[in-house]
Amino acid sequence: MSEIWIAVIGASAIAFALKYFGHSVPEKYLNNPRALRINTLIPIALLSALVAVQSFSEKTTLVIDHRITGMAVALIALILKAPFPVVVLGSAAASALTFRIMN
Amino acid sequence: MKRATASASLSVSFTVGLYGIAFGAAGIAAGFSLLQTCLLSLLTFSGASQFAVVGVMGAGGSAISAISTASLLGVRNSLYGLRLAPLLKLKGLKRVVGAQITIDESTGVALGQSDLGEDAMRQGFWLTGIGVYIFWNFFTVVGALGAQAMGDPAAWGLDAAVPAAFLGLVWPRLTNKLERTLALSAMLLALVMTPFVAAGVPIISTALLAVAFGWKARR
Repeated sequence: MSEIWIAVIGASAIAFALKYFGHSVPEKYLNNPRALRINTLIPIALLSALVAVQSFSEKTTLVIDHRITGMAVALIALILKAPFPVVVLGSAAASALTFRIMN
Repeated sequence: MKRATASASLSVSFTVGLYGIAFGAAGIAAGFSLLQTCLLSLLTFSGASQFAVVGVMGAGGSAISAISTASLLGVRNSLYGLRLAPLLKLKGLKRVVGAQITIDESTGVALGQSDLGEDAMRQGFWLTGIGVYIFWNFFTVVGALGAQAMGDPAAWGLDAAVPAAFLGLVWPRLTNKLERTLALSAMLLALVMTPFVAAGVPIISTALLAVAFGWKARR
């Protein structure tokens, strides 16, 4: 089985187990304030790391390429409180334009 | 059926479902097949976790780091279930179905109906959960087929659209200085580690930063 299939099936199985678990345990086991606080911070750390890695790396090499204009546009759009589709499409358009100019 | 609840559920379902286009395209851009991309939406059904799987694999990471990153992002669904369990009191098959649609949006709408009573809350949960499920999966197929038709992801800006989508997901969560500092630190740590460790490891490692920040912090 390919790595991708393992990832698809493994991630799905654990995702469901986590959801089901929540509906099945008594509440008192999971309302420690520290655990709750860390739980809200984990997505921030992981998603931010994904943003950085997907914008500025190619496998295990750091690079600055056409994507940087896309990220700049996304950042500006978010600061201006643009809706999600504008952020994503604006970023794609800027990056694609830069890619075509450079290649 | 409460009209306000139904309309909140429907508008959330449709708007969130539309993001499925971005996910479908991201899956193809990361080298997943149409089937693999659609199965993630059908089975994993948790936006951030799905983006993490294709993001980590697309960056050359291993299945283990993709699964761990996605699972850490899915822990919050446990907490939602915990919160909703006393309200929904699900058993048997209903618990299986209810668990699968326990996500950010169904929980958000359910809790948002508390002024209208428990019936409205339950209604909000089911309508939003099922609604997002339908729209999210439909638009995943649309995005994946669109991306397949496009060819080179870079020529269409897809390789920037994916991190832009992540940025859009994390942005509303950055409500105070601690969270913003954490976001910047996680970005820096991940980039600094990138040349030295296997792909995927820099991302999952930042979970430790979240633990460190959350351990002592007072909001």
